[in-house]
Amino acid sequence: MFSFILRKLATVIPTFIGITLVAFALIRMIPGDPIEVMVGERKLDPVMHAAAMQRLGLDQPLHIQYFRYIKDLAQGDLGISLVTREPVTKEFLTLFPATVELAICALLFAVLVGLPAGMIAGLKRGSVFDHGVMGVSMTGFSMPIFWWGLILIMYFSVTLGWTPVSGRIDIEFDIAQRTGFLLIDSWLSGEEGAFKSAAMHLILPTIVLGTIPLAVIARMTRSSMLEVLREDYIRTARAKGLAPTRVVVVHALRNALIPVITVIGLQVGSLLGGAVLTETIYSWPGIGKWLVDSISRRDYPVVQAGILVSATIFIVVNLFVDILYGVVNPRIRSAK
Amino acid sequence: MTTQVQIADVVPSYPSPLKEFWQSFSHNKGAVVALFIFLCVIFCGVFAGWIAPHDPVEQYRDHMLTPPSWAEGGMSTFLLGTDELGRDILSRLIHGARISLFIAFMSVLMSLIPGMVLGLLAAFFPKGAGTVIMRVMDVMLALPGILLAICIITILGPGLINTMIAIAIGTLPSYTRLTRAAAMAEINKEYVTASRVAGAGALRLMFLTVLPNCMAPIIVNATLGFSSAILETAALGFLGLGVQPPTPEWGTMLSAARDYIERAPWVVTMPGVTILVTVLSINLMGDGLRDALDPKLKRAA
Repeated sequence: MFSFILRKLATVIPTFIGITLVAFALIRMIPGDPIEVMVGERKLDPVMHAAAMQRLGLDQPLHIQYFRYIKDLAQGDLGISLVTREPVTKEFLTLFPATVELAICALLFAVLVGLPAGMIAGLKRGSVFDHGVMGVSMTGFSMPIFWWGLILIMYFSVTLGWTPVSGRIDIEFDIAQRTGFLLIDSWLSGEEGAFKSAAMHLILPTIVLGTIPLAVIARMTRSSMLEVLREDYIRTARAKGLAPTRVVVVHALRNALIPVITVIGLQVGSLLGGAVLTETIYSWPGIGKWLVDSISRRDYPVVQAGILVSATIFIVVNLFVDILYGVVNPRIRSAK
Repeated sequence: MTTQVQIADVVPSYPSPLKEFWQSFSHNKGAVVALFIFLCVIFCGVFAGWIAPHDPVEQYRDHMLTPPSWAEGGMSTFLLGTDELGRDILSRLIHGARISLFIAFMSVLMSLIPGMVLGLLAAFFPKGAGTVIMRVMDVMLALPGILLAICIITILGPGLINTMIAIAIGTLPSYTRLTRAAAMAEINKEYVTASRVAGAGALRLMFLTVLPNCMAPIIVNATLGFSSAILETAALGFLGLGVQPPTPEWGTMLSAARDYIERAPWVVTMPGVTILVTVLSINLMGDGLRDALDPKLKRAA
């Protein structure tokens, strides 16, 4: 098992180096440098421009800039934001929990609804419920989520007035940051109504971000369930006279979950992408919105860090999925 | 004697591949309906200039934010109402079909062709080029698609062609991986060896011997890629990075409509429903295609 994990780790390292290169190169290919963007329309004195570039270390040759970047990175230093002059790590740590909180809620929503729905649809193949689940999930899969977000705001926030339009919590609450997850922090603060407010703010973004993963998970669970139910060992289990629930839950579900786990892992990537749109619609102060804003401000270190971190999350989650795969299925572990 | 006649009767009635495909495809009722809807959208896109009741950029200043014709205060000249500048929404949607379909089609082509070539190279030369290609694809796959697209558009600047390029680069890895996987499965089969022994060169082996046998999964993936390209075009337009106004693009229309959510919900609803219906019909069609082209998957799904 240990050598299996090591083997998987070894394949990740070149990918990671590649990503640092891409993150570094992409942002420098964008026309216009950060000083020009900061100054804006006004005329820029070339001497001052050169001095500012030197101060930021942007006058050095590219390879030297890259190696300095890698050296800092190895020490956990992501640089200093060119716009706010704050360390990127610090800014990142205040915004990242917002995105993680949203992503976890969305994924939970997707798994808690999608898994049982797909399972029942698979068990009752051809029933009205099956057709319903397939129809809804196909629609969810085809949904332009930025529009879906607007429609939900239109109906639940504007027409019914049930949920707030944007943000993470009502401004009247001043919650001390402990974990960064507002659901937990507002609960700990003990302020009346704070938790409710945080939860209400989460509902619509969670649904919007969770829609596509939900659809994918439901479809995958259904088809995987159908496949497993045809296997010989299911027939054997039934022939032995096991209770139908036991056959489904113990024998079928465990095997049907293997491809579903992979799909959930892959959905993390789409969650990060979806976060950019969802956070924009709901003015959610997370890394998706921060990144989009930083690209337009040419804030090199922030964009570099953002690309690096989101890619790293994707890699780590999928590495974890690969390892989990090995745990669930010993045959994969020994395969070269 | 009689048996001979029977055989002669049976052999010519064997269905042609196209007919066989249609029999499989039409088995899936949803896919047929979806195909019809999609053909309607294509028709609208191609003949937009003749079908659209108004000029898509003409601003009727006296009729700003007119509701759809069936609603109170609606006018029959503006079937789906007008937007904040008094432009006819129906005409903009019809013209938008042309833009969205064109971008999606081009971006699929622009990632499909290089993806197939790279995938074949990776399969045929697994030691040298293959390793490099697949590592680069791993890196590209790890970057969130929309973020990569936003970066590329910021580098190249917003616009029609740059949107296509950004979407094409983002989807390149999936075609490369798919082609490689399909080609790897074919490469050791006897017909390939036979062709190799007969003296076929690498190029001939790649494109004429192996590639045609890998097409089924690639075509299915291209259909799904087409629908996600429409979604991504709209998403970029919505973020203000795609096709620039006043060009009628579905996502760009939504982005402008955000401020009128309370006063004029139809400005928001119409473009979204159009995107949803189009993407849904393509996805349903893709399901039907997969069933028809890939009998192995049919039993699983």
